[in-house]
Amino acid sequence: MILLLSLHAAVALGASFAGRRLGSRVLYLGAVAPLVTLVWLVTQASTVIDGGSPVERVDWLPEIGLGFDLRLDAFSLLMAGLVSGIGFGIFVYSRSYFGNRSDLGPFTALLVAFAGSMLGVVVADNLLLLYVFWELTSITSYLLIGFSHEKGASRAAALQAILVTGGGGLAMLGGFVLLGQAAGTYSLSGIVAAPPEAPYVAAAAALILVGAVTKSAQVPFHFWLPGAMAAPTPVSAFLHSATLVKAGVYLIARMAPVFVATVGWWRAAVVVIGGATMILGGYRALRQHDLKLLLAYGTVSQLGFLVLLVGSGVPKLTFAGIALLLAHGLFKATLFMVVGIIDHETGTRDLRRLDGLARQMPVVFGVAAIAAASMAGLPLLLGFLAKEAAYEALIEYGGAAATAVVVIGSAITFAYGARFLWGGFASKAAVASPADTPDGPPPVIRLPLPFVAPPIVLAVLTVVLGLAAPAATTLVRAAARSVDLRVTEPKLVLWHGFTVALGLSVVSVAGGLVLFRARAAVERAQAVTDRAPSAQNSYERSVVGLNRIADRVTGTLQNGSLPIYIGVILLTVLALPGSVLLTRASLPSDVTIAESPLQAGVAGAIVAASIATAVATRRFVAVLLLGAVGFGVAVLFVLQGAPDLALTQLLVETLVLVIFVLVLRHLPERFEKAEWRLGRGLRLAVALGIGAFMSSFALVAAGSRRAEPVSNELVERALPDGGGRNVVNVILTDFRAFDTMGEITVLVVAALGIASLVTASRRSTGAADGDAS
Amino acid sequence: MKVDRSVILGVSVGPLVHIALLFSVFLLFAGHNAPGGGFVGGLVAGAALILRFVDGGAKAVERTVAFAPQQVLGAGLLIALATGIAPWLSGGDFLESAKLSLDVPVIGTMKTTSALPFDIGVYLVVVGLMQFVLLTLGAEDEEDAG
Repeated sequence: MILLLSLHAAVALGASFAGRRLGSRVLYLGAVAPLVTLVWLVTQASTVIDGGSPVERVDWLPEIGLGFDLRLDAFSLLMAGLVSGIGFGIFVYSRSYFGNRSDLGPFTALLVAFAGSMLGVVVADNLLLLYVFWELTSITSYLLIGFSHEKGASRAAALQAILVTGGGGLAMLGGFVLLGQAAGTYSLSGIVAAPPEAPYVAAAAALILVGAVTKSAQVPFHFWLPGAMAAPTPVSAFLHSATLVKAGVYLIARMAPVFVATVGWWRAAVVVIGGATMILGGYRALRQHDLKLLLAYGTVSQLGFLVLLVGSGVPKLTFAGIALLLAHGLFKATLFMVVGIIDHETGTRDLRRLDGLARQMPVVFGVAAIAAASMAGLPLLLGFLAKEAAYEALIEYGGAAATAVVVIGSAITFAYGARFLWGGFASKAAVASPADTPDGPPPVIRLPLPFVAPPIVLAVLTVVLGLAAPAATTLVRAAARSVDLRVTEPKLVLWHGFTVALGLSVVSVAGGLVLFRARAAVERAQAVTDRAPSAQNSYERSVVGLNRIADRVTGTLQNGSLPIYIGVILLTVLALPGSVLLTRASLPSDVTIAESPLQAGVAGAIVAASIATAVATRRFVAVLLLGAVGFGVAVLFVLQGAPDLALTQLLVETLVLVIFVLVLRHLPERFEKAEWRLGRGLRLAVALGIGAFMSSFALVAAGSRRAEPVSNELVERALPDGGGRNVVNVILTDFRAFDTMGEITVLVVAALGIASLVTASRRSTGAADGDAS
Repeated sequence: MKVDRSVILGVSVGPLVHIALLFSVFLLFAGHNAPGGGFVGGLVAGAALILRFVDGGAKAVERTVAFAPQQVLGAGLLIALATGIAPWLSGGDFLESAKLSLDVPVIGTMKTTSALPFDIGVYLVVVGLMQFVLLTLGAEDEEDAG
């Protein structure tokens, strides 16, 4: 598994480098990673379905319980299969979708990186590792949504997606840490095996739920998913229908057995969130004119259904949920690919402008019909099996309310499925289609095989798995058992007999038909309810509000006045360490004022020059006096026997003086008068205070030495360890080389900063001159 | 601030610059055992560049160094970083120092440590910084005058 993850990383890197040279063939390079994964999964399948679970472990940061622990059980196998199977199809499909675009290198790289991260999420057996992969999927999703980065709408949608999922991810990390501390281990399988009991496990449950709910676009965080449709359609088909958004469902399924046992409100919360999402998403889907948005809201609805099923922690419901997870991955990716084909061939996804495509693309229509029928839960297909299993379990365990919600949700699902087919393919009398030539029916559009093959394969799988119910049962039951060991009996069967579940299916289909027939009335009703404040609006308002607060805080703290900045810093020094010095420390008793008259003289000169600097009114004079202070200090260094320091000090003073002169040419000759009347007195007070503080601090610090000076050791070790007799230099280049490294980095940054500031200001003054002349 | 070029200055700057540059390199190599080092050496070289600047302006500075300041800065940082990473690759710690002594036929035995390339990096960064400052802050002058 580690090899597979590395393969994804390597392919992603390779694709980003070789993208330009390979052109659109880079997509085939990308397809290698999911293909290899798929082959490996097939080789593992029989072991894993029999209950085995290959494990790989590498220590990473054992101190915080973070290890590279990977584990493939049947549920992971199913998810990984979806990821790499659909991923492979998407790469094949993208070649025809994009044609010959020049930027497919980075696209492929991102898509492979996403596939790898998603694979990591589903095989990670360590909560912290899972979090790492989880955030990687958020980031790659962000970059893919914003792939058309020249469009403002794409960028906004991408930002919204990462703010919502990233915020949820942070909450989830908090939950993971709480849970891991309660359990004493971060191993996912370990926690599931022995659910921890601690008062704060409930908080962990809430935080993890927030993470999963944001990722899987549940109410009230559902709005980012329709926004994410700004991504290219292959991305939507891969990330935003089949894989990424299932991460939350996956996590909820894994966590449900833990939290159902220990947290009282878990089941109710999950059922309410899932049910509300299922209804709201479906309801919104009924009014969309954009086929892709219709599917997006449909996905929101189905995700709600999934959360409701897998989060309940009831074995039979979990089983049905995982069956639906598989079915949904297959049919929703198919439908998205179909939308991509329609968009690519006709140039629009607006169902008001599409007409009669069923005749022009019979194969695509057939594929879409199968997928939509599976989504609607019509017999013989995988979706039907899953929905029947869900109904059966709900009747037994779910209670009337949840069952009713699911029946209504399914009716809406049928209605928007029908709306999709009708909108995309039907001949509508109302639309005057340019395709309708007087010569008869428009010709059949020829589509390249790689374009239609992936959706065809997925549709065929939907049918085959539906007909081969026992095989599907084996896979799904093994997956469900790896989530919850109590799953034993339920089966997916084509024909239960005349049961209540079948009756509910009939009711939902009939309800869906009614809703579809009354679509005009439904749209009118939606126009009214749309005025209610939406989650999208509150998101926008909170982002705007946050920006405004940040502006105000920055404006107050960073007001651009240098005297105020320095004043604040110095006053803080006086207030905190200064007050400690006053109250706690005492001056040493035996102070040598000066070791020689020369020393006293130089010090006197320095003091005089400092005072003169402060009272000077001309800038140039002030700079020269400042230089005098510096040279005085250099003389002191010489007197103390530090030639290296003195040399450096002299050179620095000289160069700084020159730089000052270069800058001074652009400044007024004299300092401005202080506009603030209190200013002078206050500045004087602060200056004197700081002066007194620094002098007494130096005295106290030097007088209260207790430990052996570090410098003694450095001097001793300079020659044997550093190989040099110049201790200063050995410290700079060896003992403290890391500091020096940081300092020269700062120097480089400062040089670049100076250069860009000067260049920028020259450009702006140049422009002003140009205007004047 | 356009000043007529002084002849005395013009004549004496050439040799002075060369001596200063030579001295800066001496400081760089001597630094491990005697006063000096990469930083001080770089500053002396910077002072030499200033001499050039006083005589001939930014143009003269540009002619003195064959490389753009960005290249000098980048090279310095890279060399220092490489000295840091090299011991890492051979199993040591980041920036761990190593000693080396070479027997050169005529000159005799040369001893050096891995601190020297690191110091060369520091030297280049300081030179690049001064070069950058003179070229950017100094260049304005000529444009203003022109």
